[in-house]
Amino acid sequence: MHEMALTQGIVDICEQNAGGHPITTVVVSIGALSGVVPEALEFCFEACSAGTLLEGARLRIELVPGRACCQECQSEQPMERLFDPCSQCGSFLMQIISGQDMRVREIEVED
Amino acid sequence: MCTTCGCSSTPGHHHHGDEGHSHEHHHPLKKIVIEEDILAKNNRLAAFNRALFKEKNILVLNLVSSPGSGKTTLLERTLRDLSPRYRCAVIEGDQQTDNDARRIAATGVPVKQINTGAGCHLDAHMVMHATESFDLDNLDILFIENVGNLVCPAAFDLGEAHKVVVLSVTEGEDKPLKYPQMFHNSDLMLLNKVDLLPHLTFDVAQCKEYAARVSHDLRILEVSASTGQGLDDWYGWLEQELGK
Ligand SMILES: Nc1nc2c(ncn2[C@@H]2O[C@H](COP(=O)(O)OP(=O)(O)O)[C@@H](O)[C@H]2O)c(=O)[nH]1
Ligand SMILES: [Mg+2]
Ligand SMILES: [Zn+2]
Repeated sequence: MHEMALTQGIVDICEQNAGGHPITTVVVSIGALSGVVPEALEFCFEACSAGTLLEGARLRIELVPGRACCQECQSEQPMERLFDPCSQCGSFLMQIISGQDMRVREIEVED
Repeated sequence: MCTTCGCSSTPGHHHHGDEGHSHEHHHPLKKIVIEEDILAKNNRLAAFNRALFKEKNILVLNLVSSPGSGKTTLLERTLRDLSPRYRCAVIEGDQQTDNDARRIAATGVPVKQINTGAGCHLDAHMVMHATESFDLDNLDILFIENVGNLVCPAAFDLGEAHKVVVLSVTEGEDKPLKYPQMFHNSDLMLLNKVDLLPHLTFDVAQCKEYAARVSHDLRILEVSASTGQGLDDWYGWLEQELGK
């Protein structure tokens, strides 16, 4: 359950950027191949935000679909799960292009 | 206070006092764009560790596996075999108990136990503070035994030179497919407990093929921490890495 540590990371980043203002919304993007379960983040968010500038804030999660490029046949394609083989040639030599990141995108604060 | 990470070295220091704000009345809202990686702080501290280890010329290995694959047994044996030649130290990560640290201490090698409590992995911050108890100027190899878990430790860089994944033959040959990220992130796989192969249906070739699918340049060594079989290959690998 490293979602707890990741959520703590989200809270820290938000607090550092909020200039002391109460935060009403936080937008995070989670890659489909990052290994993170969005429901678990939501679950941890309530616990981690209690007593911080984020208390009561809304957590918005944007899911970024996975994409990869096959190193053998060069075809670019969606990747549902990490290390799925190439849908064209079956190769496992897949270079991931997107879907592994986890970012805090923006926050909305009371001014 | 810690000057590198700004922490007070006490747990729970992240919780600032509640400013007592209320969301009842209307405030104008302001949008602040951040775009920061959630693991950025861990990655920063890992980079700090890595730079320190490089400066001190220490080979640091992060041992990862599921519980019971034989990490501590392998370390005990390795330390007994190598410690006349190399100066070693160990960081032990477990949720609870200092059992493993006591096993390591019995070999005469300096060891620091980290108990993560509910935490399922070590992070760079814990390792940073754990290394404070070692004489880094007189160290060749630092082994970090991570919390037994094939999932979470994959996400947290500690500043190590290599992740070494230990898989034992009693766990099934398809573990690399079930927990691909961990095998992908590792540079060496130690297939442990090969002394038990005669009693099992474990297919070594199949396991290696699965591992190669998720990690194309993974080195794989077959070892037994109990009988010592294959350990010379492991020591050879260590020697080669020390020479780099
Ligand atoms: N047969 C056999 N048993 C082993 C081997 N390595 C470890 N074990 C046993 O596996 C169990 C778990 O080992 P331990 O080192 O505590 O695993 P850890 O949780 O990964 O640190 C212990 O009972 C060990 O004696 C091995 O190479 N062969
Ligand atoms: Mg152990
Ligand atoms: Zn292809």
